[in-house]
Amino acid sequence: MSMIHVTTTINGVSQEYLCEPDETLLDVLRDRLGMTGSKEGCGTGDCGACSVTVDDRLVCSCLMLGAEAEGRKVETIEGMAEGETLHPLQRKFIEHAALQCGICTPGILVAAKSLLEHNPNPTEEEARYWLAGNLCRCTGYDKIIRAVMAAAEEMREAS
Amino acid sequence: MNYQAPTSLDAAVDILAGAKGDCRILAGGTDLLVRMHSDMADPDTVLDIKRIDSLRTISQEDGGWRIGAAVSAAEMGENEGLVADWPGVVEAANLIGSTQIQGRCTIAGNLCNASPAADSVPALVAAEAMARIAGPDGIRDVPVGEVPVSPGKTSLKPGELVASIFLPARPERSGDAYLRFIPRTEMDIAVVGCGVSLTLDASGNCVAARVALGAVAPTVIEVPEAAEALVGTSVDEDALAALAAACSEAAKPIDDKRGTAEYRVHMAGVLARRAAVIAKKRAGGAA
Amino acid sequence: MALDAKMDGKLDFKVVGTRVNRPDGVDKVTGRARFGADMTAPGMLVGKVLRSPHAHARIKTIDASAAEALEGVHAVVTRADFPEVELDEATWDVLDNCMAGEKALYDGHAVAAVAASSENVAKKALKLIKVEYETLPHVIDVDDAMKADAPVLHDGRQVENVPEGMGANVVARYEFGHGDVEAGLKQAGKVLERTYKTEATHQGYIEPHACLAQVGTDGQADLWCCTQGQYMVRDTCAAIMGLSQSRLKVTASEIGGGFGGKTTVFIEPVALALSKKSGRPVKMVMSRSEVLRATGPTASSSIDVRLGMTEDGQITAGFAELRYQGGAYPGSPVEFGSMSAFAPYDLENVKTVGWDIVANRPKQAAYRAPGAPMAAFAVESAIDELAKELGLDPLEVRLKNAAREGTKAAYGVTYPAIGLEATLRTAKDHPHWTAPLGENQGRGVACGFWFNFGGNTCVTLNITPDGTVNVIEGNPDIGGSRASMSMMAAEELGVPYERVRTVIADTASLGLNDVTDGSRVTFAVGLATIEAARAAKREMCKRAAMVWGIDEEAVVWEDGAARPSGPNAGKHDPMTLADIAAIASNTGGPIAGHSEVNAEGAGVSFATHMVDTEVDPESGAVKIVRYTVFQDAGKAVHPDYVEGQFQGGAVQGIGWALNEAYIYGEDGVLQNPGFLDYRVPVASDLPMIDTVILEIPNPGHPYGVRGVGETSIVPPLAAVANSVSAAAGVRMTSLPMSPPKVLKAIQNG
Repeated sequence: MSMIHVTTTINGVSQEYLCEPDETLLDVLRDRLGMTGSKEGCGTGDCGACSVTVDDRLVCSCLMLGAEAEGRKVETIEGMAEGETLHPLQRKFIEHAALQCGICTPGILVAAKSLLEHNPNPTEEEARYWLAGNLCRCTGYDKIIRAVMAAAEEMREAS
Repeated sequence: MNYQAPTSLDAAVDILAGAKGDCRILAGGTDLLVRMHSDMADPDTVLDIKRIDSLRTISQEDGGWRIGAAVSAAEMGENEGLVADWPGVVEAANLIGSTQIQGRCTIAGNLCNASPAADSVPALVAAEAMARIAGPDGIRDVPVGEVPVSPGKTSLKPGELVASIFLPARPERSGDAYLRFIPRTEMDIAVVGCGVSLTLDASGNCVAARVALGAVAPTVIEVPEAAEALVGTSVDEDALAALAAACSEAAKPIDDKRGTAEYRVHMAGVLARRAAVIAKKRAGGAA
Repeated sequence: MALDAKMDGKLDFKVVGTRVNRPDGVDKVTGRARFGADMTAPGMLVGKVLRSPHAHARIKTIDASAAEALEGVHAVVTRADFPEVELDEATWDVLDNCMAGEKALYDGHAVAAVAASSENVAKKALKLIKVEYETLPHVIDVDDAMKADAPVLHDGRQVENVPEGMGANVVARYEFGHGDVEAGLKQAGKVLERTYKTEATHQGYIEPHACLAQVGTDGQADLWCCTQGQYMVRDTCAAIMGLSQSRLKVTASEIGGGFGGKTTVFIEPVALALSKKSGRPVKMVMSRSEVLRATGPTASSSIDVRLGMTEDGQITAGFAELRYQGGAYPGSPVEFGSMSAFAPYDLENVKTVGWDIVANRPKQAAYRAPGAPMAAFAVESAIDELAKELGLDPLEVRLKNAAREGTKAAYGVTYPAIGLEATLRTAKDHPHWTAPLGENQGRGVACGFWFNFGGNTCVTLNITPDGTVNVIEGNPDIGGSRASMSMMAAEELGVPYERVRTVIADTASLGLNDVTDGSRVTFAVGLATIEAARAAKREMCKRAAMVWGIDEEAVVWEDGAARPSGPNAGKHDPMTLADIAAIASNTGGPIAGHSEVNAEGAGVSFATHMVDTEVDPESGAVKIVRYTVFQDAGKAVHPDYVEGQFQGGAVQGIGWALNEAYIYGEDGVLQNPGFLDYRVPVASDLPMIDTVILEIPNPGHPYGVRGVGETSIVPPLAAVANSVSAAAGVRMTSLPMSPPKVLKAIQNG
């Protein structure tokens, strides 16, 4: 099996890597690039812990090959804060105690950011359905939804 | 494994026809990668069709819509014209998996995965959609219902792939709907799915209808008896009851981890009735 | 340590009770936090496990020669590669569960493992291992497993008190209670007899088990893993591997959920064996399918209840016979189920009998209040049904029979101050109780109890030279406990929360800490943290006394500073913690406090849950419309995280009640080993989960803290069942209440 050379952009930075043809983008991020913020909870697209965006589209990085990222724009949790400044969602997640163990948190934050880019003023129901592919076993989702709604409100006011 | 990402349909057909061993098409990958992860597929070649521009577009054609095989469900949902004409088909596509899955999955892939429970397929069958198949012998168009032949198996010949799905022009006063039953509100495979497409005349009588059921037989099935129950009626209570009975009668499901046969038979009728009411409303019919 | 008299619920806390930001928050929202699978080591190999495809089979031969010959394979281990050491029965079971010996006892049971240069090579190697099985008859259902003619998993594991003639899979019997149940039933106006069943459910933590092991040729070993208890991992693995405990250092990573399921080991001994054999570090990460097939679920149960009630709602007698299958090894949580079944009530006549049963399923692991939710489902459903039949208010009936201070519990203890009555009264006064219900909706309530636990705990608190504070504890932070420890230390020392950082030690850096279970951490580690802070304060007062040249007894610690006190102390400016820290080198050396304790007095906890559901009469689908949790927290150290525990437990209970279940085929193979068909609740399934925190101080903790983590999963099974039964107009006695089951019940009337 010969390796594939891929040139892509990750969190705004040009990135080259070699990967196996059958290697997922998640494995590339975690094992080749040391970006372990994206998590593998299932490997089958059922938990959302590996959520990233590719060309601004929310996807499970476990269900995409690393080779497919050629020429694409990939955004991960590692690119969400700007330096020391947290994204409003990240801040609200801390303030609202929207995480307990924190394993689902990166994926949920990436998914929530994508939600607010598509729909800056979601209803609670819209937020719940958008995030239905992100499992959280600790919180019962209550504080997560509150944090997302609070961040949406703050971001609307700021814009 | 060998990964190929051609930029033209001809090149894709060449690779597919010439591939040694198991060559799988990668469109959204939301089924293929799951199979690979679960050791249920170990392809020798993966043929990524997303670099083929012509397969990435939604275009109007003869008053209908042609949807490329690499178009995601999310992209379908963002096309206002398509949503206006075929809301049921688009809804069905956007019931597949999660937001993340919808960003990748395609209706052509959903069709070729040949699951009897595929969400978009009953809606496509009800819509009388045609699959355009490209292969070494050229292009052929077949009704979507003829593509899956049994769970996991299609009628595609070696070297063939589905290039696009065509949804025909809509007569005035037409509407479609797809409903499925799942235990949760999201993230499940349909226990039963039902697509209904119908057209009303100016007085609100149904002049044409198609009804299809998912997850009640080895493939998605069209139920002509159910359509007949609607045609010539105002889709009133009696017609809906006859529709439900016809769907329950046509359903020949099995017991499995997702539901009992008995439950599926019952739900086929319940969903058909509910979907028909929505389709009628979308066609401009009286409540 | 007793409740501080002056703090008797009225203390003016400065830090405790506030909603500060957690110290690991930024790491966790930026992806920096390192969980089990995030660790690497130079030269690391990938370990993978070969698992039995059979529910029950004798392992005749294993031929690994082809796998060993594959390029990139560095080691293959089977049971034969584990050292022959003396193990107690429980540890032997853990080893046998980690790597099967003579028999594979369930679908997914580990039979061999490889360490290879990559995941792909490891997978290929697994396919080359040839295992010859002799398949044996299997049994899955708890009632079937109990039969005398059921396929037998083990010989000679039945404990002495199991009556003769019982099937060999019935391995233990428990009995609790007092009074005379038969006499009590005779006094009843109405007697209800019902059988209830619950399915096995999985803890469903999102982080699969993961570890990285490195065994040196010098006999020293290091293990990094996600666990609820690094000391438990050390002790178990050291025993299995024949290492001394001091030679094996275990470091707990951040943990991505556990709920009891990470209170034992599955892959850690295997990784150590692979590392030892290959001479290389070995990393193992379970797939989701492996997690569901081969780790934790909880027990499935079958429970008979007999309950007698007078016309005005007095329970005259309660009896429950509980049958729990805990998978392939003894140890189902039926003892806890039997103890807790009637624990919320003050009963004159009560008896429970519990049977521990083995079946061809994965070895059960603790799951949040292990054993209690199923028992509460049965008893709380029976109380509800009887109250309805007698035309009584279900909250009033519970209030009438509620356990209070001085009640002798069914399991033997006499309660000190407890909070059940307060939760019931608060529930009754809450607007939820009287809110109108819509069409096809019903309301249900249920109570729940959990023991809570204290246990072995060590805490060291270091005063740094710059006047800040490090708390070192030995329990993985599973939901914000580092914040709670920092808060209690800050409270005690009178310094701002931000000046305290709490870290979690590896096993070599602190004395023994029991596993993070029994809702023990905020209580026991909190208690030790307070004690350690008090020791540090005493030392700082001593240093101030030295500087001032007065007696130690004449110095007190108030508002973050040592102050002279009493008539002979003289006038001295207060010395703050930072002042004292700065001169510590000159006054006797570094300052620290520590506490080593086997904490007692955990304080039992009670909750009442109220839920509205809507049932679609055509499909049997259930929607959760409204949910409110009322629970006693003793003292809520960080109210956000207390609420989070209430909400999380309630939602896990909702999943258990409605859709989660282990589904087996006729062949005994698990049919739903993935999150697609093992259906945990998703965000769109739920409403907000309202919470009401009650604070009835625990007399056994200086701040009144009680554990809160587990009680919240006890009532929801019954609360949801009572609600669905009301909405559907038919009594549901079997979980999960899946749509087909609910529809069938409606159709059968």
